[in-house]
Amino acid sequence: MLLSYLKLAWKVLLRRKFFTFISLFGISFTLMVLLVVVAFFDHAFGAHYPETRIDRMVFAQFLHVKFKDGGNMNTPPSYHLLDKYVRPLRTPERVAIASNFHATPSYVGNRKLDLDLRYTDANFWQILDFHFLEGKAIQEADVKAAARVAVINQATARQYFGTDHGVVGRTIAVNQLGYRVTGVVEDVPAMRLASYADVWVPITTSPDDLQKTDLNGDYLGIILAKSAEDVPAVQAEFEQAMKRVPLTDPKTMDHLDLHADKLFTAFARQLTSPLTEYKSDGMEYLVPILGGLALLFMLLPALNLVNINVSRIMERSSEIGVRKAFGATGGKLVGQFLVENIFLTLLGGVVGLVLAYIALQVISGAQLLAYAHFELNGRIFAWALLVTVFFGVLSGVYPAFKMSRLHPAQALKGSGK
Amino acid sequence: MEPTLTAPHATADLISRNNTPMIRLIDIEKVYQTDTIETVALNRVNLTINRGEFVSVMGPSGCGKSTLLSLMGLLDEPSGGTIEIDGRAVTSYSDKELARVRNQKIGFIFQSFHLINDLSVLDNVELPLLYRAGTSGKERRQLALAALEKVGLSARTKHFPSQLSGGQRQRVAIARALAGTPEIILADEPTGNLDSVMGEEIMDLLLGLHRHEGTTIVMVTHDENMAHKTERLIRFFDGSQVS
Ligand SMILES: Nc1ncnc2c1ncn2[C@@H]1O[C@H](COP(=O)(O)OP(=O)(O)OP(=O)(O)O)[C@@H](O)[C@H]1O
Ligand SMILES: [Mg+2]
Repeated sequence: MLLSYLKLAWKVLLRRKFFTFISLFGISFTLMVLLVVVAFFDHAFGAHYPETRIDRMVFAQFLHVKFKDGGNMNTPPSYHLLDKYVRPLRTPERVAIASNFHATPSYVGNRKLDLDLRYTDANFWQILDFHFLEGKAIQEADVKAAARVAVINQATARQYFGTDHGVVGRTIAVNQLGYRVTGVVEDVPAMRLASYADVWVPITTSPDDLQKTDLNGDYLGIILAKSAEDVPAVQAEFEQAMKRVPLTDPKTMDHLDLHADKLFTAFARQLTSPLTEYKSDGMEYLVPILGGLALLFMLLPALNLVNINVSRIMERSSEIGVRKAFGATGGKLVGQFLVENIFLTLLGGVVGLVLAYIALQVISGAQLLAYAHFELNGRIFAWALLVTVFFGVLSGVYPAFKMSRLHPAQALKGSGK
Repeated sequence: MEPTLTAPHATADLISRNNTPMIRLIDIEKVYQTDTIETVALNRVNLTINRGEFVSVMGPSGCGKSTLLSLMGLLDEPSGGTIEIDGRAVTSYSDKELARVRNQKIGFIFQSFHLINDLSVLDNVELPLLYRAGTSGKERRQLALAALEKVGLSARTKHFPSQLSGGQRQRVAIARALAGTPEIILADEPTGNLDSVMGEEIMDLLLGLHRHEGTTIVMVTHDENMAHKTERLIRFFDGSQVS
């Protein structure tokens, strides 16, 4: 029976090319957009190289200072603040401090390269899971001695030295200072804002005064909890520690906010700060808003499909009448239309998947974002499949059920009232 | 076959002669209600069709012949009265049982064919068998091809209804009603769109089914000649039986 339904579905789709095209386009386009958005999201916030242990990591990267006159200051925190109040935390397994990256000029002969430079401590290399093509990470001793050593990415090795082999030990000039290359790593996507750079060097070689006691600076803390379950404990200790941070100018400053957030919640907190005043990560707003948007986004084409399907099934009212007259039960008819719809939506799903794959390939290939490589993973595919079947059932069940309840004589007259 | 041997084996004839009612209409009323007007299509009709009978129904346009047939074929519910099929009141049937009766007992030939345009001729004819449990795809195909053979359309199995003439469509509709070898055939002007030669052939086909298989047939027709070939002629006028 299923086979003959499928055969019929296929025939109907082929014979109603226009309808099929419209439906398929609606489904596959929606799915494509959804998949691309999810892939972006996953790329930016999922567990990807080198932040593979993302489930155990929290970030302290956005400092907010509220002034008594109502003013606000939003900057990254200073090295001092992180070093004095975050590094000594006892619950985390490890705390790393690194600077934000900045484009720094470098010259190969006459050619100017803009290299993104980041200053890091040694823990940075322990917490993050870099793949070394050769050499090794920046060591504790390097940081202590303010050694002029650098880890560079593969692209920089190729551009600067013309090769990514045997580069270790050679010298790269960044900011008119020579650094000895100690390691070459795989390229890190630019969307991984906390770890990405072209060149990483010891934090102690920074021209900044690390001892400066200002609250604001240009640094971020990366904190690795002992386990994913341990993250809330780390965050609790972090919050306590922040209460002890003295304001540098108590006359004008009211209070400061610095939180240890998961990668996504850090952004959520910034995004929802007008509502939450940084006091919460804002997920209680963001989840329903994003969920609502996603639902709306899926609901519109779904409703459209229901609409198309209702008129399509009404149009086939006489067919339903004939089928009933020759012994089809209501259940069989609902089954037939469901199979037809699920088949159509799955087809749309596959097309959407292919479109999304092509779109992501194009986006990755265009290098709009440095070293970005978007992927469709199994999880996304499973979601897509689920969404697709949801579409199929939703858009098929109602009209089919309605029509299956008609008397054959009514259906034959085409009065799908 | 020797003529002398036929008499003892004429079982079909015996069935057709027995007087058990196949379809009984008791005090049937059918009123069509639209927004503005109310049409009484059938008015207190009492009618019994016996097993194996071949009955023709005549009457002017709009007198309720198609309505009568669609009630007999369980395609619609009467506004009043009782329909019995094989001695059992239709109101006592569940939705599933109704579907089974329509599928196994009844073959309907619609006045306006009602072929499914998205399906090929063969698939259209296979339709009644599709809803019959335990019929394999191969069997369906064979039975459908045999029915198409009977109506002389073997060469058109892969065509779609839109590619056929009116007469050819009518014959597909007839083949579809025959394919499931039902006990009852309800035919609404089955020869209305056919030329006289083809009309005769279809009439002979129905007569043959009636004679050899004992099929009960109710046929609406406007053709007196056709009507007189059947065992019984019922005349309708304005929703009532007049003879
Ligand atoms: N669905 C309907 N809604 C309203 N009135 C209807 C409906 N179907 C039939 N009628 C009316 O019921 C009456 C009987 O119709 P029916 O189709 O049974 O006539 P008929 O005898 O088959 O006519 P013809 O010989 O033209 O086919 C007509 O007056 C018709 O207008
Ligand atoms: Mg009629």
